[in-house]
Amino acid sequence: MTANPTVSGSLRNRLVLALIGGAAVLAVLLFLAVRNYAAQVAQQGQDNILEASVTSILDAAALRDGVLEVDIPYAAFSMLTTPSDDRVFYAIYQDGAFLSGYEDLLLAGASGQSDWLFTSGELRGERIRQVSASRTLVGLGRQTEIAIVLGQTQDALSQTLDQISRNAAFLGLGFFLLTAALSFWITSTTIGQLNRLTTSVTRRGPQDLSPFKKPVPREMAPLVLSLNSLMGRLDQSLSQSEDFIAEAAHRVRTPLATVRSYAEATLHRVEKKENREALRAMVRAIDESSRAAGQLLDHAMITFRADHLEREDVDLVELIRELVQRLTPIAEMKELSLSLRGDTKVLYSGDPILIQNAVRNMIDNALKYAPADSVVEIEVTATPEVAVKVSDSGPGFPAEEIEQLTRRFERGKNAAGTIGSGLGLTIAQDVATAHGGTLVLNNKPTGGACVVLSL
Amino acid sequence: MRSLVTLVFLAFPCFLWAQDWEDQLVFNDGAEGAHLRIISSTDTVLFAPLIEGFVARNPSISVEYFVSGTADIDRRVRASPDAFDIVVSSAMDLQLKLANDGFALALKDIEAPHWTQWHHSLFAFTTEPAAIVINREAFEGQDIPHTRQSLIEALRERPEEFRGKVGTYDVRESGLGYLFATQDARASETYWRLMEVMGGLDVRLYCCSGEMINDLADGKILVAYNVLGSYAAVRAERKDALEVIFPTDFQTTMMRTALVSEETQEPDAAEAFINYLITEKPVAQDSPSSLPPLVLQNGATDRETIGLNPSLLTFLDDLKRKKFLSAWENAVIQ
Repeated sequence: MTANPTVSGSLRNRLVLALIGGAAVLAVLLFLAVRNYAAQVAQQGQDNILEASVTSILDAAALRDGVLEVDIPYAAFSMLTTPSDDRVFYAIYQDGAFLSGYEDLLLAGASGQSDWLFTSGELRGERIRQVSASRTLVGLGRQTEIAIVLGQTQDALSQTLDQISRNAAFLGLGFFLLTAALSFWITSTTIGQLNRLTTSVTRRGPQDLSPFKKPVPREMAPLVLSLNSLMGRLDQSLSQSEDFIAEAAHRVRTPLATVRSYAEATLHRVEKKENREALRAMVRAIDESSRAAGQLLDHAMITFRADHLEREDVDLVELIRELVQRLTPIAEMKELSLSLRGDTKVLYSGDPILIQNAVRNMIDNALKYAPADSVVEIEVTATPEVAVKVSDSGPGFPAEEIEQLTRRFERGKNAAGTIGSGLGLTIAQDVATAHGGTLVLNNKPTGGACVVLSL
Repeated sequence: MRSLVTLVFLAFPCFLWAQDWEDQLVFNDGAEGAHLRIISSTDTVLFAPLIEGFVARNPSISVEYFVSGTADIDRRVRASPDAFDIVVSSAMDLQLKLANDGFALALKDIEAPHWTQWHHSLFAFTTEPAAIVINREAFEGQDIPHTRQSLIEALRERPEEFRGKVGTYDVRESGLGYLFATQDARASETYWRLMEVMGGLDVRLYCCSGEMINDLADGKILVAYNVLGSYAAVRAERKDALEVIFPTDFQTTMMRTALVSEETQEPDAAEAFINYLITEKPVAQDSPSSLPPLVLQNGATDRETIGLNPSLLTFLDDLKRKKFLSAWENAVIQ
């Protein structure tokens, strides 16, 4: 009855993946941005110190009696002290000619530019940051230009950067973990709303088709609206089919009974032998139709009731005894007897109407096939399971068809000549299934059919 | 000692090319393992116990010890960096410049406090203050000067007694002398006044602490300024006549440093030696022939130790050096 829906993907997985993927991308971006920014700041810091140092050297340059004097202040190099003991290189040029310092530290850029020039390069196998600047000195009738190049290795800087990178990585990782945890939480609360709706749908009683009233998030409102409208239609169609069953039972059974009584009355009145035969055949046909209609309606009713099983506590023995009493006249008409055996009281929680219906069909079946003057045995047991067993001493089921007999409108090969619709065992089977039980058909070793309804 | 050196020369004629070393000595000769060549400014008598301790622990290593002046060491190492494995010098500025210029091998595995090493390649192993050493007889009945100012006053009071009898480093020749002079000049103007006074008294100029103290002990001079405390202490204990004064106005303290040459052929043995230098206290403190151990800077301002940092390069700049030397000559040579 409940078909499993076709599952394609998971909303939860998709949400989690999207959120975590987004968090990962953001974390990487955060890491890169922080590191990049920190690198800039750190480089700026080194540049500032180099600039200050060069400035102090330039300021210490003076023309004295036309001779250039550069009295490097002690602080100029002192301020270049770093935790990693970076190496320091400098060179002083006068009008482009080397004057003092490290000769392999070349003056970068065209001379005459007073602009500060910061470059990164390599000297003596180490990466250095170097800054060059120049200043024009004017003396007595003389003008000269002094240029300073100052270079420093970047050990401390790269150490700082390593540290910052590490911290930035931790920051990114922390951000990622936090966001991932958050996304799990967000996802589960979002899916939780759906689960709550699912639970409240599942928990409903079989008769409850009223609309959902509990508040739901706005996004789920259309779903609940559709669900409510679907249930409204279902409710309507269910009550319609209930009405239909009652209506059909009334409309088919009553006219058939009228026709039968007319036919019987006419049978008493006619005397011609062939007419009487025809009328008898007619009565038999009417009986068959009436019985088939009854069974069809029973079947429809059972299908409906089985879908909305309403259990109540009943004594099965009492229930079956009542049924046996009702059926005894019919059995006697066929010169058969019914015998009820088994436990004296079997309590069970089930739908009494359905169970009675099922057992009636089973007994009907037995009555149809049992030979005259035989006994149809009905046994109600509580152990090992609650079961009702009906057995006769008829021809039994054809062994090769036992599997198919419970299908709708399926009749055994040996059924020719007996009245039947093929619905009897189907009804019994449906009732068994609705109660979570089974219907087992087999043949007794001593001959005769045996039907067990286990509940 | 001289006879020892002669012996060495006789034993190894090939070393005759290595002209005028102040001293040259081989320890643990004939060992099969590494052969370390140490060039140093430290007198053999002070450094020998250290090397002996080292070879006692590493019997497979032989050590050859060359002694020369600080400025000479700098020149030789720059000229042939592969000729020596370890360079020990008291001239911190020259040593730092050697390291800065890439002559030193970085020894990343050696653990040393940051203030005692530079760039993992220059390692300090002693702290030695500069001292004023006087001959007590010259100050008999007088106050012994404990500051530079009081020394100036004492010299001015009796110029005739001290004429030609005061000595200091010739900063043009001695690397350590130049370091002390520049640090003194940085610290106080008093240095220049003292130099002027000493210049007026026909100061004798020395290349090395050792000779200065020898002359002092012999009575050739009465006052020596900026003598290495460790050398003075050795002599002062032998000659009661000498008094070592650590000036109380300000003190210039240097750290003796060692580095491993970038082009050493024995990096492992050299590293082991450096490690030994900085971790061991090889000789008893009271031994007369011992170098003072590394003393932690305890924040006392009167014992300012010269820091191992790039500012030491300042006075090595050609222009700066020229300017300083001309000022010094103006003061001292009159």
